Amino acid sequence: MITKEATETAPAPAPVIADPPRPLKAGRNWDEVPRWQVYLPLSIYLVFTLIPFYWILLFALRPAGSTSLVPWPITFDHFEKVWTDRAFGTYFQNSLLVGVATLVMTTLVALAGGYALARFNFKIKQGFMLALLCSQFVPGALLLVPLFEIFAKLQMINSLGSVIIAETVFQLPLSIILISNFIKNVPYSLEEAAWVDGCNRFTAFRIVVLPLLRPGLIAVGSFAFVHSWNHFLFALMFLNNQSKQTIPVGLNTLMSADSVDLGALAAGGIIAAVPVVIVFAFIQKWLITGFSAGAVKG
Amino acid sequence: MAQAAAVAKPPAPPRRRRASATPRRLPYLLIAPAALLMLGFIAYPVISVFYYSLQNYNPTKPWRNGYAGFDNFVHAFTDDPVFWDTLTFSAKWVVVEVGLQLLFGLALALIVNQTFVGRGLGRAMVFSPWAVSGVLTSAIWVLLYNSQTGITRYLADMGIGSYGTSWLSDTSTVFPAAVVADLWRGVPFFAILILADLQSVSKDLYEAAEVDGASRFKQFWHITLPHLKDAIILSTLLRAVWEFNNVDLLYTLTGGGPAGETTTLPLYIANTSVDAHNFGYASALTTVAFVILLFCSMVYLRLSKFGGGDK
Repeated sequence: MITKEATETAPAPAPVIADPPRPLKAGRNWDEVPRWQVYLPLSIYLVFTLIPFYWILLFALRPAGSTSLVPWPITFDHFEKVWTDRAFGTYFQNSLLVGVATLVMTTLVALAGGYALARFNFKIKQGFMLALLCSQFVPGALLLVPLFEIFAKLQMINSLGSVIIAETVFQLPLSIILISNFIKNVPYSLEEAAWVDGCNRFTAFRIVVLPLLRPGLIAVGSFAFVHSWNHFLFALMFLNNQSKQTIPVGLNTLMSADSVDLGALAAGGIIAAVPVVIVFAFIQKWLITGFSAGAVKG
Repeated sequence: MAQAAAVAKPPAPPRRRRASATPRRLPYLLIAPAALLMLGFIAYPVISVFYYSLQNYNPTKPWRNGYAGFDNFVHAFTDDPVFWDTLTFSAKWVVVEVGLQLLFGLALALIVNQTFVGRGLGRAMVFSPWAVSGVLTSAIWVLLYNSQTGITRYLADMGIGSYGTSWLSDTSTVFPAAVVADLWRGVPFFAILILADLQSVSKDLYEAAEVDGASRFKQFWHITLPHLKDAIILSTLLRAVWEFNNVDLLYTLTGGGPAGETTTLPLYIANTSVDAHNFGYASALTTVAFVILLFCSMVYLRLSKFGGGDK
């Protein structure tokens, strides 16, 4: 049901979201809403969005015990403490490894599967599609016990590999559907032309299709990264050894301590936020393009 | 007629061209990695959950293990008030969260779809909580709700409320407090999806409506909303499933408390299996959750006439 309209959607690569250099002309225009109707609600919502961010910065930067509402004098003690004493340096490395590995695996496997769905008819295609859709309803959190037993049998408990596999698997269905929709938006004739010019299927795909998939790959890859960076339960369950744990588990440990060290918690939170905020700033524009081309309408 | 229909139909993508370029096995090879991973790590666990749901299975009480028939299910429905409590709370949580997120997300998308100075930055800022994890959201709101140095202290300084108030440990305030924390992170999800879909509304429609003198509200009601219908249906469904299943935020923010007040069914299942090691019973509850999700999704898709489109 998701793919039904795929052939009707606009060609993928047009970055529709870029601000059009439209001159602000006087007179009535359909989208001319009074300015205050834009700025007032937006400002109110921004306050709601930004206060929590400010709050965590405040706690991370002001000295312990201070109740000032401005982080002055600024101290980086909390960061030092969290990074070394609370092992966030190690957690950071682990999370980065899990995030990048999940990104690479998800993208490669989903590219292969998505290409098959977009370009071939084969016997089990409908069944495979159905399985992808149904798996959206399978909660990873509810499969913790059987998954734990599987990884125990594979001797992968306490290895980052278990988390990487679990994250990849639950990221795959949506990624395959998205990528196959993006590939469908690339005209097949482009590939065929490349074959005529003597390329084999793989080379034609690499040279002709892959560059046009950029928005889609950025969307899918960044999802996989952000999701696995943020995800908590698999790491909590499968990694018992402190040297193997990830940042969300570290944050949870800080929070569930008997007396919570608020400065350390805030600094840990900032460390957790930095990579995803960077990724987000980078992909924000592509995200909306990617969604409008592939996700919801597709 | 028949010919016209055939032409109008979008060309089927998978024409198999020139056998030379396409070994017949290629599609199977391409889906093999995904299929194997999903068989091993989704299908097999699901089947084993169904299997365990019919067993007494508790590693700490091996003498009781064995076939249990439907005992686990009977126990859940007739003998376990906690099950019903968590089910009710799950429904309340999902409906309130998804409803409010959709409402605010729609409004936010319509606002940032306007042309205004600073639009790029404005969008980036209001969307940014989307990237923040459930655990980090909890960490932030634990700081905000902290009874000693949180927001209540400064409100009390201004004469609102009293010092030492802890919204998360009071049964009358914990629900709205948790809802607000999850809204903070959830609204951007809808805003991003709806904004993406708004990009494909034809501007001609609005201009025509403008010429006909339709008010802005009428334009929204008759053009924008019908266009967004499928996107809204699909995103509310995905989000509802996600809100039901996701335990990160409540697990770390309230731990299901105080007094089990904010325990969803999945949280109860996690506690049953992880803390109580009662895998058989947890599996039965998982099966129930799975059936409920599937049933509700089908009813929802049917009622909303998804894809039926009155465009």
